[in-house]
Amino acid sequence: MATIKKKHVDAVIVGFGWTGSIMAIELANAGLDVVALERGDGRDTIPDFAYPQITDEVKYSARQALLQNLAKTTVTARHAKDDVALPYRQMGSFKPGEGVGGAGTHWSGVQSRVSPDELRLYSRVKERYGEKFIPQDMNLQDWGITYDELEPHFDRFEYVCGTSGKAGNIKGKPVPGGNPFEGYRSREYPLPPLVDHPTGRLFAAAASGLGYKPFPLPAGNASGAYQNEYGCQLGPCNFCGFCSDYGCLNYSKASPQTTIIPALLRKPNFELRVNAHVLRVNLDSTGKRAVGVTYVDAEGNDVEQPADMVILAAFHLHNIRLMLSSKIGTPFNVETNEGVVGRNLCYQYINSVNMFWDKDVYINQFIGTGGGGQVIEEFNADNFDHGPLGFIGGGVIWGRQTGNGPVRGIPLPKGTPNWGTEWKQAVVDNFVHTGRIESQCTSLANRAYFADLDPTYKDAYGTPLLRLTFDWQDNDLRSAAYVGGKMMEIGRAMKPKSISGRVFKPGMHWDTRPYQSTHVCGGTPMGADPKTSAVNKYLQSWDVSNVFVLGANTFAHGIGYNPTGLVGGLAYWAASNIRSQYLKNPGPMVQV
Amino acid sequence: MTTSKDNSRRSFLKRTIAIAPIATLSTSATALLASGDDHRALSAPPPNQPTEDHYHPGYFTAEEWAFVNAACDRLIPEDHVGPGAVQLGVPQYIDRQMQTPYGDASRWYMEGPFLQGAPEFGYQSKLTPKQQYRLGIRAINAHCRKNFGGKTFAELPPAQQTDFLKRMEAGEIKDDFKLKTFFSDFLLKNVMEGYFCDPMHGGNKGMAAWKMIGYPGVRADYLEWAVESGPYPYGAVSMYGKRV
Repeated sequence: MATIKKKHVDAVIVGFGWTGSIMAIELANAGLDVVALERGDGRDTIPDFAYPQITDEVKYSARQALLQNLAKTTVTARHAKDDVALPYRQMGSFKPGEGVGGAGTHWSGVQSRVSPDELRLYSRVKERYGEKFIPQDMNLQDWGITYDELEPHFDRFEYVCGTSGKAGNIKGKPVPGGNPFEGYRSREYPLPPLVDHPTGRLFAAAASGLGYKPFPLPAGNASGAYQNEYGCQLGPCNFCGFCSDYGCLNYSKASPQTTIIPALLRKPNFELRVNAHVLRVNLDSTGKRAVGVTYVDAEGNDVEQPADMVILAAFHLHNIRLMLSSKIGTPFNVETNEGVVGRNLCYQYINSVNMFWDKDVYINQFIGTGGGGQVIEEFNADNFDHGPLGFIGGGVIWGRQTGNGPVRGIPLPKGTPNWGTEWKQAVVDNFVHTGRIESQCTSLANRAYFADLDPTYKDAYGTPLLRLTFDWQDNDLRSAAYVGGKMMEIGRAMKPKSISGRVFKPGMHWDTRPYQSTHVCGGTPMGADPKTSAVNKYLQSWDVSNVFVLGANTFAHGIGYNPTGLVGGLAYWAASNIRSQYLKNPGPMVQV
Repeated sequence: MTTSKDNSRRSFLKRTIAIAPIATLSTSATALLASGDDHRALSAPPPNQPTEDHYHPGYFTAEEWAFVNAACDRLIPEDHVGPGAVQLGVPQYIDRQMQTPYGDASRWYMEGPFLQGAPEFGYQSKLTPKQQYRLGIRAINAHCRKNFGGKTFAELPPAQQTDFLKRMEAGEIKDDFKLKTFFSDFLLKNVMEGYFCDPMHGGNKGMAAWKMIGYPGVRADYLEWAVESGPYPYGAVSMYGKRV
């Protein structure tokens, strides 16, 4: 196929999900000529998420129509550095996105920030418990940025998304009903909390009864009509029950489509190209400056897109792979614990249990919203004394009701057969009387776990697959078991007939088959020290200063909350500093 | 620059599936795989059609169709609790699914080498769903013929069929072909999909499975009911606007 060379632009953006669309509109608003390259198809609310077609569980949950097409590219996985990695052939443990909007179209909507302590967890643990408290094999490191620096950008992202929630701390002043542990907010959420579904109500009552302080989970699912700064409008969530795996039929779930893209596509200095799979960032002969990217178009042509700036805004896994393939930054070396690209690969895990009530308790699990619910933070971050417990980290515990239909799988009490008359009776007895609570916990960086390029398996474009070497570390499993125990206490106080599900405990291994979370993070960590971070605090590559890298791959380690709030806040922070500093004086923004 | 290697990989974009010989299977199984795969596909109904009473399978052979019907009848029988899978069109659902891109594993990574690993690393077979059914049913019927006086699975009495399925699920029927995988990851999974899907896919005829469990189908509008703690009052609606 021919090699096509495109006209030079100011900035090329790789990937068009949350971070790509945030960066695109901010740079386009600064007057730059911007091109975004999306490997998947174009998608919009109409026609792609239109009612009733979008409620097809076979197409979107069983066949995963909106998720990444693994036939084109995937990853390989193994537990330890001397194992042979095997391809992730079918979607299981995590669900990367593809197409316009990326994972931002089929996420649930939980939109938290980050605990201020978690951005400096290394220093915090050292101060409170002493450096010896940190396990030898844990690559715990500070992020090189403070919550204060990020606060305006969290606020901005929430006001773009129309996030529904209740503040617990406005400018340092406690606010009743909100999260008593949160970092300060400059103002209240743009929308009030969603109404509570049955699971949320039972959870809040049980948690309060045990002395905890439940509060409404911040949701990127609008509780009312809303218009954001770009003039994009959201309608109130109707609890349709089709968030995770689905595009929102109702213009209620914050996504690039509902909050940014309509405004962006009207701009003459912005162009979106879909079915454009970027193979690599092209560097000049010094290897210190990017000159653009090369991608493959829908017809199989190689296309060269020259640009002054390259923004890597693809999904976590693809960003790391592009850094490695493009030879930007030193690859991590597991033997020496040196190198930065592929370092600190983390993966957030969730204890998840189903609860089954008597026939007089109606949960109606088909009713739901992705981000709404009730949550407690007593066991997240460093909100509790870890000294006697001997582990670092923790997690959030929540009662969510995300919506579930029967093709997605009907949870049943332990011991129920998988088929036959007895199974059918259990389905009839339980379907509308079943709910779920979860605890989502921190995966902290371990020197044994990393990403690199697979020596054997290649994608449809002939590029090596990204190889993940990952397993649960003992610290995290002990943390999960502890937080899981607290979750079970709340679960029992909700007085179901029975509870069953997955609670992690020491000795367990990462299983790539059942869905756990799409919250892979780390791999190109941000930080203040180029020896242990791939990008500086502005998400600028230390090695190639006109390359910026966005996404959860820049986390220095896992956090307790869901990643999207932090990912979006970091994207606004990077965009803001590119506009205020970098464009005036291109070059490294942090000198070391 | 595009290298020739890139070109050969790139041809994937318009790929047709090449079926390589499968080392762990007998020659006759390989031959069976290569033949008779798709020639009836043209007779398949369009994908969005409810169950038809006089349905002719588009993918399955007569012997396979007999197996699928018998297995569906055992996995979800018609009983005092509710309708059975055959009654609701589940075999039709599965046959139609075989003729969608899913049947050819079009969104799974299917490049070699195919190595066996710990179960935690998931499906590592080169077999597509269509091939799973073809080889799985063949292995099951070969096993039944050998052990049950020359009878196929479909010809066995119901109690014996149920027992056979239980043993298959438990991994107790030894065969070169992984029958437990076929049972749990394909047959049972597809039966459940077909039983609870929107009727447009050919299963859940008349939304009877939804009615049985209290699922309202495509209504997808529940704001005022989210705050309630009682039964949801309305019946199911299907993608085509039918109501029960």
